[in-house]
Amino acid sequence: MAEPILVLEDLRKAYGALTVTDNLSMTVQAGSIHALIGPNGAGKTTLIGQVSGQLAPDAGRIRFDGHDVTGLPMYARCRRGLARSFQITTILPGFTVLENVAVAAQAHDGHSFRFLRPAAAEARLNEAAMTALATVGLADRAALRAGSLSHGEKRQLEIAIALVMKPKLLLLDEPMAGTGHEESERLVATLEALRGSLTILLVEHDMDAVFALADRISVLVYGRVIAEGPPDEIRADPEVRSAYLGEEGAP
Amino acid sequence: MSRPTTAASTGVRWSVPLVLLVLLAAVPAVANAADMGFAISLVTRVMIYAIAALSLDLILGYGAMVSFGHAAFLGIGAYAVGIASAHDEWNAVVTFPIAIVAAGAFALLTGAISLRTRGVYFIMITLAFGQMAYFTASSLSDYGGDDGLTMWGRSEVFGATPFEDDTAFYYVVLACLAGCFLFARAVVGSRFGRVIAGVRENRLRMQAVGFNPYAYQLVAYAIAGMMAGLAGALLANHAEFVSPSYMSWQRSGELIIMVVLGGMGTLHGAVLGAIAYLTLEEVLSHWTEHWRVIFGPLLILVVLYARGGLGSLLRRSGGDG
Amino acid sequence: MTATLVAVQVLNGLQLGVLLFLVAAGLTLVFGVMDFINLAHGVQYMLGAYLAVTFYSLTGNFFAALVLALLAALAFGLVLEFLVFRHLYDRDHLDQVLATFGVILFLNEGVRIVWGAAPLSYPIPELLQGTIPMMEGFGYPIYRVAMIVAGLATAVLLWAIVTRTRVGMLVRAGATNPRMVSALGVDIRRLFMIVFGFGAMLAGFAGIMAGPILSVEPGMGDSVLILAFVVIVIGGIGSIRGAFVSALLIGLVDTLGRSFMTDIFKAFLAPAAANQVGPAIASMLIYLLMAGVLFFRPSGLFPAAGR
Repeated sequence: MAEPILVLEDLRKAYGALTVTDNLSMTVQAGSIHALIGPNGAGKTTLIGQVSGQLAPDAGRIRFDGHDVTGLPMYARCRRGLARSFQITTILPGFTVLENVAVAAQAHDGHSFRFLRPAAAEARLNEAAMTALATVGLADRAALRAGSLSHGEKRQLEIAIALVMKPKLLLLDEPMAGTGHEESERLVATLEALRGSLTILLVEHDMDAVFALADRISVLVYGRVIAEGPPDEIRADPEVRSAYLGEEGAP
Repeated sequence: MSRPTTAASTGVRWSVPLVLLVLLAAVPAVANAADMGFAISLVTRVMIYAIAALSLDLILGYGAMVSFGHAAFLGIGAYAVGIASAHDEWNAVVTFPIAIVAAGAFALLTGAISLRTRGVYFIMITLAFGQMAYFTASSLSDYGGDDGLTMWGRSEVFGATPFEDDTAFYYVVLACLAGCFLFARAVVGSRFGRVIAGVRENRLRMQAVGFNPYAYQLVAYAIAGMMAGLAGALLANHAEFVSPSYMSWQRSGELIIMVVLGGMGTLHGAVLGAIAYLTLEEVLSHWTEHWRVIFGPLLILVVLYARGGLGSLLRRSGGDG
Repeated sequence: MTATLVAVQVLNGLQLGVLLFLVAAGLTLVFGVMDFINLAHGVQYMLGAYLAVTFYSLTGNFFAALVLALLAALAFGLVLEFLVFRHLYDRDHLDQVLATFGVILFLNEGVRIVWGAAPLSYPIPELLQGTIPMMEGFGYPIYRVAMIVAGLATAVLLWAIVTRTRVGMLVRAGATNPRMVSALGVDIRRLFMIVFGFGAMLAGFAGIMAGPILSVEPGMGDSVLILAFVVIVIGGIGSIRGAFVSALLIGLVDTLGRSFMTDIFKAFLAPAAANQVGPAIASMLIYLLMAGVLFFRPSGLFPAAGR
């Protein structure tokens, strides 16, 4: 099997006396959809923050696509093919929906120290943006101010922004959070359609989505992975049931 | 104050700038006809400050970088021309580029440090650097120190004296203003401008799509510094005098007022703001030497109630914003 | 550069530092608790001095003038808070900078109208006149010593209030998390008013004390304001301890720098060059210090916890 696209080695992160990531090791295989689940406070978002480069681990290494990226800032990792969506919607509210995606395409299409030609007229960027928007079903909202979208639509926009960058690894931090049933289903379908073309590391609470999509699941409790394996294994694991699934009810 | 609009969504609103251009171009003829020759000099000064305000709008209005030391770039540009004149170098082809580069270099150096900070710390550190420039100029006893330096004449161009005549100089400044405006417009709509606006909207998001905000903001800061340096070179010519007071923090404050008054992030708003502020100053100071006691509360009222400045007032009254 | 001269300048530095602390304390509290940039704090200082001028001319007694001017400065501060500042707490910093800049314009011109533009003064009270003998027949003014003592006493009082009283506790809490304090049911408006009024009084007190030794003129608060901002940025916004340390540091650096920078440069530059460079560097010294501190500690030396 090829080298895993993401390798986390003994990651550690503490805030004072509180250890949020506790000597965590994990691998993610290229082309797979890997889910990360766990109770609230388990440290999932902190982990995503360290993988994306928003937070610096106190110890440990992160290898992405064969390179050690532990010391690289977020924007550098992004340029190497690592894209991320945020748990709290992070878009450019004053830009149009199209511009939100186009600027992401721009970041991966040559340099941006161009001062005179109008960016809005760049057909290549606009086309890439429209394609990504169509994939998530937002093509008809392209000209709207992004701040005026509904919550669910903003979540979709985040996905579109991530997709237009043609990432190798997509980190999704609770993309279904706060979305309605219909929107969740559409998101699951979108992600299903992407299977194989890139790798997805998905943090989610929505168990229907997780079990529908995941090839492998890692269960995070108090900053450590207590179980990892295919969905059926995880479903049946007694430790997982008691720590997490048991409290939430069977999926 | 209202949030500035994005590059593409403004469409291309040329009506206000065009009207302004026409009005400004007509001033010398009208002034001479109405026997108000002094107006030419007054409006020249207004246009020079409009260029400076324009440069500040790029970083303050579009980039949300609240620089409280912008007057330093103006002063450095002015001093470049002034000091050169003291050494008998009058050729604008030599001194103007020096002014622009000097101001830009100062912007690059101070920006490199300032832009590592955020929020009020950024405001304070830009203020500090402005003060440093001010005190440095005050200590240049060879060039007038606190009292300033008088230039005996205006810049020349390879020996010719096109700036000597006030009307000719007026049009030179107008051309510079128009040129800077067009340049600023292009920058704002360009890839670079989009990044700067994006960093303003959501810094984290821009990092997450692969941009290094620091690098872009630094370049924007340097560009703004250079444009203000040009304004400074023109100012030195206009007044035939350079003084440390050009760089005082009060001047920096006045530049911010012009940008905000006119409506941040609209570019033509900066020009409007400069016109409004300096006209108001001129009118009020003819009324009373204590015009600031009226202007102060006026400013407070504008901040409290006229969100968006003149630009938004124009929009609300049905005119073009 | 004799020992006495150095000692004198150190004392002068402490005196400036103490003055800066009084102005900066109010500024840092207002900033820390209300997230409010108050450029008009410098005119509070100026008002204190001008009010003292008037009350002195009315009463002929320094201490009576002191008390009356303090109360008047407090009243003025509260009026300003009511009319202008409280509408700005929810606004962004830019709006606050502009509005308080407007207050500066208004008041600087206002005192010019009411008191005239010429520098005014009032004398040192008899009780505090004269000098304390130092080495080599040189005497240091008792009044300046009194200023240092008064400033330190105020610092101790402030520390006691902030750490030992309920109000002080609320202020400390408000400096770290204003919204939480409000959510806990504390009348945040009243707390703001108290903080603001107290800060205005401190600044006024500094102005009153400074009156006899500095000239009372329009704009006298502007340079003090900038220094005070440098103090709180270096000290850490919201931190009174930071303001204290930083104010003394800046007072000393600025005073000693101005006295000795030229001489220091003369050690390795030609006198003519030293005479140019020395004063220039001396006036820039504290800004260089601020830039340096911010480079290594972007939040200042003692940032209030939680910032």
